Amino acid sequence: MLYAILCYNSEAAVGAWSKQYHDETMAKLHVVNDKLAKQGRLGPVARLLPTTAATTLRKSRGENLVIDGPFAETKEQLLGFYIVDCASLDQAIETAKELAIANPGTGSYEIRPVAELHDHKLPVERKPAA
Amino acid sequence: MNDIGWIDAVLTAARPQAVGALLRYFRDLDTAEEAFQEACLRALKTWPQNGPPRDAAAWLIFVGRNAAMDDVRRRAKQVALPDEAAISDLGDAESALADRLDGEQYRDDILRLLFVCCHPELPATQQIALALRIVCGLSVKQIARAFLVGDAAMEQRITRAKARVGDAGLPFETPGAVERAERLATVSAMIYLVFNEGYSARSEETATRGTLAEQGIWLVRLLLRVFPQEPEVMGLAALMLLQQSRAAARFDGEGGIILLEDQDRRLWDDKRIAEGLALIDKAMRHRRPGPYQVQAAIAALHARAQRAEDTDWAQIDLLYANLERLQPSPVVTLNRAVAVSKVRGPAAALEMIEPLGPKLSSYFYFHGVKGALLQQLDRRAEARAAFDRAIALANTPAEAAHIRQHLDHLGKERA
Repeated sequence: MLYAILCYNSEAAVGAWSKQYHDETMAKLHVVNDKLAKQGRLGPVARLLPTTAATTLRKSRGENLVIDGPFAETKEQLLGFYIVDCASLDQAIETAKELAIANPGTGSYEIRPVAELHDHKLPVERKPAA
Repeated sequence: MNDIGWIDAVLTAARPQAVGALLRYFRDLDTAEEAFQEACLRALKTWPQNGPPRDAAAWLIFVGRNAAMDDVRRRAKQVALPDEAAISDLGDAESALADRLDGEQYRDDILRLLFVCCHPELPATQQIALALRIVCGLSVKQIARAFLVGDAAMEQRITRAKARVGDAGLPFETPGAVERAERLATVSAMIYLVFNEGYSARSEETATRGTLAEQGIWLVRLLLRVFPQEPEVMGLAALMLLQQSRAAARFDGEGGIILLEDQDRRLWDDKRIAEGLALIDKAMRHRRPGPYQVQAAIAALHARAQRAEDTDWAQIDLLYANLERLQPSPVVTLNRAVAVSKVRGPAAALEMIEPLGPKLSSYFYFHGVKGALLQQLDRRAEARAAFDRAIALANTPAEAAHIRQHLDHLGKERA
């Protein structure tokens, strides 16, 4: 079974970490990452840019709504995510719109630039439960 | 102790919101700061045992307000409030307060706190010092070091600035839409001052003054979090991030200036660039251009060029033309001339800057650019005169040294 572990914290607080605390914490996290990678249990790991860099596409009946900022509804839940290579924000929004056409109705897509991607590969035979 | 690292960061992050709310409550900067200080001391005592509260800012406001009230009561020889260790999880009180912190009031508290630092009678350096002290929470010692002055002098400067702000009366009424927009513009300008104070530092000072550029970025992110839909705030954030992304490439080992086109682009900070590009892309979708957005768009074109020769100078020329319309200034025209020299050649650029002479006659960079253009046109004697003038006007030894390289080059060509 594959599990996604989603990281939540106050970005204002993380943004106020001292360089020393930041480096120490990252080093400790990398120890965990390395162990998981050696065990062949680690998939892609991403660090996202701040939510101030985010845009949200809200599905609606007519024209989809593009809103500045992160997804902020509490009545909807995170159900999945894509990592897509885009030349610009416009292309990212176009891509989200394609998804919204394929899956219309309610919901949103938060479009957030990725700061760092460690593209670890899981062994191929390890398939998620269908 | 391992707790100190994250507690420090949580306190710093909560500071603008907490001090802003306490200022609204007590209407006095010193009382608000002391109340916050007291709340921080209590946080350091109780958080390691009880864990952090769900909403740190609400906790600090609640505890800070009680502490200050308690202080007043103690002075009035009345009964003290219960110790907050007993009420560390503030439960209903905390969530009710958190509700009230949502939305506009919270936003206006932070804007007001930033705005009091921008009092028009305060010189730029005092505005910066005040913002670093009351918004960023830097110690007087840290600020003194950043400004390369003694602690006592900085203490006095900040005290004087605070007194001036207090005398002028603080703006507590809820601002209207027009007033809010004006405050936003004033605060943006102040934040850019903080950034530039660090960014324009000489290389040998970047270790200490570089903090100011980082604090400027911290402040603009704060402003962007409370005004997430303002394209000019996005533009300012993008501009600062893109400029700062080049920090590691701007000086050589001896502290000499390395021009943009000669910088080792592998030293540029990719993460900063990614964030800056994302923000300017976002801003431009609003189709409400402003000076910060245009400057950020120019910085973005440099950031997008893999090599100096890939730079889209024609587009940069157009953007500068845009900036000239939005914010006419001889310095903008001078910058445009550099782009023009790449697109239409040095003669066209020289023609463009000739009329600026009277206005920029004492501006180092004007004579540097003029000299370089004359040099490209092989008008050596005039180039030499312009470079000599630039050296006489140089603000730093690094600037002078940079021009001297041009002069050396002229000499070699002749030989």
